[in-house]
Amino acid sequence: MAMPQTKDAPETATTEIAVSARNISKNYGDVEALRDLTLEFPRGQLTSLLGPSGCGKTTLLKIIAGLLEPTAGEVEVNGKTVTGPGPDRAFVFQDFALLPWASVLRNVAFGLELRGVAKSEREDKAAKYIADVGLAGFEASFPHELSGGMRQRVGLARALSVDAQVLLMDEPFSAVDEQTRRKFQEDLLALVQNENKTFLFVTHSIEEAVYVSDQIAILLPRPSRVSEIIRPSGFRDKGVDNIRRDPEYLDIVDQIWASLRNYVE
Amino acid sequence: MLTRSLFLKLLSAVIVFGAWQIAGMIPVSYAFPTFMESMDALARMTFDGSLFVAYGETLKPLVVGIAISAVLGISIGLWIGLSQLFDWAFSPIFIVMQAAPLAALIPLLVMAYGIGLTSKVFVVCIMAMPVIVLNTSGAVRNTPESFKEMGASFMADRRQIILKIILPAASPIIFSGLRLGVSAGFIGAILSELKITPTGVGDIITYSRSIADYPSMYAAIFSIIVLAVLFLNLLEMLENYLFEGNNRGYASD
Amino acid sequence: MKLFGYRLPGMSSLIVWGLLWELVGQTGLTFFVPPLSEVLVTLFEVIGTPAFQKALSETAIAFFSGVFFAIVIGIPTGILMGKSRLLDELLLPWVNIFLSAPLTALVPVLMVLFGFGMKSIIITTTLFAIWIIILNSRAGVMQINRSLIEMARSFGASPMDAFFKIYVWAALPEILGGVRIGIIRAVKGVIIGQLLISIVGFGALFELYSANFLMAHFWAVLIVLFAMAFMISEIFAYLERRVSYYAAKR
Ligand SMILES: Nc1ncnc2c1ncn2[C@@H]1O[C@H](COP(=O)(O)OP(=O)(O)OP(=O)(O)O)[C@@H](O)[C@H]1O
Ligand SMILES: [Mg+2]
Repeated sequence: MAMPQTKDAPETATTEIAVSARNISKNYGDVEALRDLTLEFPRGQLTSLLGPSGCGKTTLLKIIAGLLEPTAGEVEVNGKTVTGPGPDRAFVFQDFALLPWASVLRNVAFGLELRGVAKSEREDKAAKYIADVGLAGFEASFPHELSGGMRQRVGLARALSVDAQVLLMDEPFSAVDEQTRRKFQEDLLALVQNENKTFLFVTHSIEEAVYVSDQIAILLPRPSRVSEIIRPSGFRDKGVDNIRRDPEYLDIVDQIWASLRNYVE
Repeated sequence: MLTRSLFLKLLSAVIVFGAWQIAGMIPVSYAFPTFMESMDALARMTFDGSLFVAYGETLKPLVVGIAISAVLGISIGLWIGLSQLFDWAFSPIFIVMQAAPLAALIPLLVMAYGIGLTSKVFVVCIMAMPVIVLNTSGAVRNTPESFKEMGASFMADRRQIILKIILPAASPIIFSGLRLGVSAGFIGAILSELKITPTGVGDIITYSRSIADYPSMYAAIFSIIVLAVLFLNLLEMLENYLFEGNNRGYASD
Repeated sequence: MKLFGYRLPGMSSLIVWGLLWELVGQTGLTFFVPPLSEVLVTLFEVIGTPAFQKALSETAIAFFSGVFFAIVIGIPTGILMGKSRLLDELLLPWVNIFLSAPLTALVPVLMVLFGFGMKSIIITTTLFAIWIIILNSRAGVMQINRSLIEMARSFGASPMDAFFKIYVWAALPEILGGVRIGIIRAVKGVIIGQLLISIVGFGALFELYSANFLMAHFWAVLIVLFAMAFMISEIFAYLERRVSYYAAKR
């Protein structure tokens, strides 16, 4: 933790906390996935969860979403304890989770449909977000007629359209090609800038985490805790094109790789 | 977990037979004996041997019919699968037979062949044959092209390709066709005993109904269902055992 | 099958078989096979008769009611079994037993319990159709992508919403497959029921024709029956193909 760009916990206290996970443990039968994990997510920022496969990132995200119950501990979103899924959070699924029998428009509007929003209103809203993610003209298409990257954007538009405060994204870019991925990363940065939303982002890519995150939480293998929190700060306003060449960016990538490599071997 | 699933199976049997017992005790209908009464009747018929005599009678058309259907059905199926001409000519007949209520032919069969064994064997055959033929022909037609090419590359002749490649590759599906055929054959055998002339188990059912001996009637029906289900399960286990290799996944994984 | 470079349509051989039938009939080889032309002429006569129309309407009522109950009870049961492990373990053995049991043996029981009428035939039809519908609906639910369900939950779907907007649709290809097979079985069930109870519908008609040795009548009714059964099964096969595009992509 000697590096200047790595800030310590007190910093966090000055920004408002949107989501906090406190002393979370989760067991699947005999498998201890999470043990006593505590982590806070500042409002309006993007926090990445980075860690070896099977360390419990998805589990943590689903607990925050209210899809899973923790064995111990609790999650607070905007000061309220999570007891189940709620309108303040939206999930972006790794495998998109699109309804194959529904058009893009209906898929994007589905979250609103379940909330009882009237048809014309939800379709207007959905159309706006479809355009926002760059899919204008594909409203009537079906998921099987879209490419992987386009499907992911449908999932993203669906999550955005319910206007939740917190977006939970489980490896959202893992199924798209490298070019699309880079484009998405830039879009994501813009999204974090423009919308005052809190993003929780799971990824396997160190570069991606450093590129998009305001805060990176590194998790250790099972039973998982947070081993380190890194807050890149220096290069965020140097423009999207320069980040990947910034020395600080490269240093942080190396630093994270150094702490993770033991677990890979 | 084995104990849990066994426990639940027992529990569900207890629930169902218990409900039967209670429904019989109320009774829901004058023609609804309790489970115990029916089991009593079953035990009585088993020990005085009448059940075995009846099954000897019932199984005759079934066994003969299934044997004929198997030999004929597999041969026709093979032929259809191997020859385009035969496929064109015969497939439609069996496809229609598969969808059609062939039981409607029974009155005609009785007129043509009388009320003896021949008619009953025929009923079993028309019920069992379509699925055997269609499974066999489908399996033969769908033998992966690469298998046949592999054989050809080792200079196998047509006979060898059929015997050593196509038949083994198709045998799991042919076998499950046979099992489905047996299942349909049971339906046919009992149908013919109830519809054509009461013999065997059909006779017990019909006779005990006519003298209002409902426990015996229920016992006979219970026994034929148990017999059919047990036999079909046995076939399925044999199938899993014989073709275990086919379920092990592909060599690549 | 190709002939001189032309592809012969799938079912065209039935025409050849029809001609063969005509020939055999014309030679008068056997009393049981009248010429096809005679059968077809009879067919048009028979269709107009009140006896035929009564049989047809009685059969249709029994068939549709039987299928209706099989679907309305079978699909929800199957979906619930796919969702709940306990229910599944309790019911699955019975579903499997009745799927392979010779259900004809149960018809006499239905006859003594529910009388020699419509009710017994409807129940027979339902019994023939329902088990495969349950089993397929269950299989359909069991293969549903977990994240579709979690997605719906995360947007706050009520159990009703989840049932009608996710489960039914996601399992639809399997459910339709089950309904198609169930309906083919129901056609057989309704005829078997009528044959055994034999005072209603086609069962009664067959008794009438065979008692009077009306061969052409008999075959005419058989043709109508088989053609309708085949058509029903083809319609459902078509519907099933319509939804199969997403079966692979769930
Ligand atoms: N439903 C389940 N039942 C039993 N064990 C589970 C279940 N789901 C997850 N686990 C276990 O919990 C651990 C954490 O799983 P999780 O899916 O959260 O990992 P992850 O960090 O998201 O992994 P990946 O990066 O590969 O997606 C894994 O080791 C897994 O074995
Ligand atoms: Mg994961």
